Amino acid sequence: MNRLAEPWGNRIDRTRSVRFTFEGRNFEGFAGDSIASALAASGQWVLSRSFKYHRPRGILSMTGADANTLVQLPFEPNVAADRTPISEGLSVSAQNVNGTLERDRDAIMDRLGRFLPVGFYYRTFMGPRRDSWLKFWEPMIRRKAGLGVVDTTAPRRHFDKTHLHCDILVVGAGPAGLNAAIAAAEAGADVVLCDENPEIGGSLTYGRHDPALLADLSSKLEALPNLRLLTGTVCNGWYEDNWLPLIQGNRLFRTRARAVILATGSIEQPAIFRNNDLPGIMLGGAAQRLIRHYAVRPGQMAVVLATGDEGYGVALDLVEAGVSVALVADPRSGGEPGLFEAELHGKGVAIRKAATIEAAEGTAGNRHLARVRVGGRWIACDLLAVSAGEVPAWQLPCQAGAKVGYDAAVGTMTLSLPPSPVHLAGSVAADGHLQDAMADGRRAAAAALSRLGHAVAEDRILPRPAVAGPIHVLPIVPHQKGRDFVDFDEDLQVKDLQNAVKEGYREIELVKRFTTVGMGPSQGRHSALATSRIVAEATNRTVAEVGVTTARPPVGPETLGVLAGHHEPLERRTALHARHLALNAMMKPVGAWWRPYFYGDAGAAEKMIRDEITTVRQGVGLLDVSTLGKLELRGPDAGEFLDRLYTMAHANQPVGRVRYCLMLNEMGSVVDDGVAYRMADDRFYVTATTGAVARVYADMLFWNAQWRLRVDVLNLSGAFSGLNVTGPKARAVLEALDSDIDFGREAFPYLSGREGVAAGVPVRVMRIGFTGELSYELHCPSSLAPALWDAVTIAGEPHGLKPYGLEASRILRLEKGHILIGQDTDAITTPDELGFGWAVSKKKPFFVGKRSIEMRARLGQSRQLVGLRFPADARDLPGESCLVLRGNHPVGQVTSIGFSPTLGCTIGLAYVHKDDAVEGRLVTVKCRNGNLVEVPVVGHAFFDPANARQEM
Amino acid sequence: MKILTCPMNGPRNIDEFQSFGPVRAEPDPDRTADADWSRHLFRAENRKGIVVEWWRHVPSNYFFLAERDLVTNEVLRTFDASERWAHP
Repeated sequence: MNRLAEPWGNRIDRTRSVRFTFEGRNFEGFAGDSIASALAASGQWVLSRSFKYHRPRGILSMTGADANTLVQLPFEPNVAADRTPISEGLSVSAQNVNGTLERDRDAIMDRLGRFLPVGFYYRTFMGPRRDSWLKFWEPMIRRKAGLGVVDTTAPRRHFDKTHLHCDILVVGAGPAGLNAAIAAAEAGADVVLCDENPEIGGSLTYGRHDPALLADLSSKLEALPNLRLLTGTVCNGWYEDNWLPLIQGNRLFRTRARAVILATGSIEQPAIFRNNDLPGIMLGGAAQRLIRHYAVRPGQMAVVLATGDEGYGVALDLVEAGVSVALVADPRSGGEPGLFEAELHGKGVAIRKAATIEAAEGTAGNRHLARVRVGGRWIACDLLAVSAGEVPAWQLPCQAGAKVGYDAAVGTMTLSLPPSPVHLAGSVAADGHLQDAMADGRRAAAAALSRLGHAVAEDRILPRPAVAGPIHVLPIVPHQKGRDFVDFDEDLQVKDLQNAVKEGYREIELVKRFTTVGMGPSQGRHSALATSRIVAEATNRTVAEVGVTTARPPVGPETLGVLAGHHEPLERRTALHARHLALNAMMKPVGAWWRPYFYGDAGAAEKMIRDEITTVRQGVGLLDVSTLGKLELRGPDAGEFLDRLYTMAHANQPVGRVRYCLMLNEMGSVVDDGVAYRMADDRFYVTATTGAVARVYADMLFWNAQWRLRVDVLNLSGAFSGLNVTGPKARAVLEALDSDIDFGREAFPYLSGREGVAAGVPVRVMRIGFTGELSYELHCPSSLAPALWDAVTIAGEPHGLKPYGLEASRILRLEKGHILIGQDTDAITTPDELGFGWAVSKKKPFFVGKRSIEMRARLGQSRQLVGLRFPADARDLPGESCLVLRGNHPVGQVTSIGFSPTLGCTIGLAYVHKDDAVEGRLVTVKCRNGNLVEVPVVGHAFFDPANARQEM
Repeated sequence: MKILTCPMNGPRNIDEFQSFGPVRAEPDPDRTADADWSRHLFRAENRKGIVVEWWRHVPSNYFFLAERDLVTNEVLRTFDASERWAHP
């Protein structure tokens, strides 16, 4: 066991044991342990196999930011073992393994590596056939190289989204962030402080610091009610105007902050030498986290690489945790020793200056570190703690507009932000000692408060004094045999990057795309600086000139569930929904609406629909048309407004009359139709198609923002409902209603409208018809629609009135040859192609689309929408969208098709060549099965072409 | 997410708005050659610099104008359309 005694282990609860399995073997840890720490405590260091070469990998950073520790949970792939806590009975397995983690058959890839250089895939897996990549190579490579497995049978989890507003959001609760948040909250600001770790403190929880510091900050924080703390919360991006996603477990906080302080800290960098990826080689911070957070001894015999004083602190921690430290290697040749270095001198640990790690070697199969070479001498050890410098956590700052620079003297990246409501604090802004970071947090708070209008003393927001940071130039020691990894996620070595430059990819963005460096789960956190340096050297440029690749959101991986939130599809129901259900309607979603498809026996759909059609043709039917768009236009210019918007004349439309209206866009294409009922000189009631009303309503106000006509537009689509009573007996039904409207033939002629009361319900009634039968459309306030429906149903009972659904309605209109905008029209349909010349005013000086249809008429018309009547015994029938051919060339397509019980055959609408739009002409249609059928054109409505029935 | 200040509803998240594109010169349809009319319909200028655009606040269906710098994406001001088009 590698478990240390108390007081080590500030995250674990030694009184509670937790059992779990890894790769089928039983393990035990303490509550608070991460998967990786519990395994390390039991001596299990190998956690995964690498992406390409299947090399054993173990703990690197203990921050959940590298691919080494990604494991598979039963229902979740790619889980960071060094951040995810263990739970009782948890079953954990390794990913990307062929065989077992210990004996991975694909480990042979490590020896074949030299045959698999960067770019190999692009060149090799192209043939022999055009689809070889998709059919053969890609599936094979995916099996060999990859990450976890998605279990599509995983149970549903609950995700939700919520909004969060604050004055100041502080990201990162380390020394700088804590001081910033406390200072801002003490000044009275509404502050949110978030941190991805389960507790506050950042480096105060694992570094060599006075524990009293954190205790003091913690008690200050708790005393501030206007400071909200979100631990275990990742800030995954910065978007314009300080809009930030904070992810806490399965919850997404969509956060808007007036000011943001980014105290995201810095990221320790691995050194580069041969076999720098062996389990047992970890960052100094990882060793300290294992010791202080989890009381896990990271090794028995250690070597420490220290490029600054922090590394000596790591060595001191190791000594105190009972690890033998064989050597501290320091690439710096001299200079003043830091505080930790001075302290270490008294501990009898060998220190070697001007020396670095030149190479490492592993035990059998590279399963663990065995020895490292320093100054040509091999030193046996099972732990190498690498403390070789840091880069600022640049992702969030760069998204917020920070520019990346390079400080050649210190050998690290720097960040600078222009004045904005985003501030940097702590080591993300500049390296320094603990006291510098804490002071910088308070300075950032003062700057943010000042920007928000708080009175702040000027000397508190002065730029931070330059601190001579510890000198650390990241050691890069390439090896001619490679395995000197730059990017652990993608198994990329120094020569891979050098070769990419040789291939001509000089720009960092191109190097990234060619080699995939920085594209893995760690997103360049541990490779960006080294990559820039290698490319700079290979292209004789400075690191600042080469730069780093663009950092885009998200900062870390996020589950699709978090993005989706909880599943609540938007749907609309008409006021008559309950009536339809009571009548045993088969409901179907049509856009956002639920509509009755037909009523009655769901197992006999065809018969039910035919019966409904027959009822309308021979008796009387009732249809819920509430989904129609309903707009009311009021004002002295209402007629003029409609004249400009629609193709027909409306300004001269008499009060009490209903007119068809057809809308074009500026290109002259048909975009909507409906009817306009003039209720008064200054008042029109206009319908629009269900799917287009939102756009029509917007367009009306858009045009009038420019025309400035005196007209108001009111969208009544939801407030009003509509009932269509249609069939030869419709008049008899309505006359049986208690109403002040005279429904008589002379008193209420076709294409007119009346207002009144029917069955106690205020109604506006229009005599129009989609079905071709005698029809009345009754519109009323939605709250009264069920009452009106009931009254019509009762009045209709003696006449055999029955409700009918959408499918019957569709066939009824097809029999009559009526078009559906959007189904029988497309983006370029003109009124002429529909044979709607009658609906386009020749007298009006202007309407939207007029100029364009005149121009298009001059260009010539190529197609025409016509009816097609298929023989009753037709064996092959086309479907909607099937092509109409003319001499083997497509000239149009079938737009609607259905069986007409009234005519006893299948009928349809289709675009045919203009010259074929002749009654009786045979056109060729290609069916879905590939067969061609010849069909005669019908140049008029299939049913009642003389329109006798609707006007009776 | 960007914040856009609606002249009627105040500052709101930009996903409450719909862009209707830059304000364009309206050629007289009766005095414009076919080729110029086509250009008017289908060619967008997309020049660098400050443009005046139509925006719609969707929940209130209110159309207004915004001056926006296409280089920096900064909205300089928003205002009601009556400032540009008087009642006839």
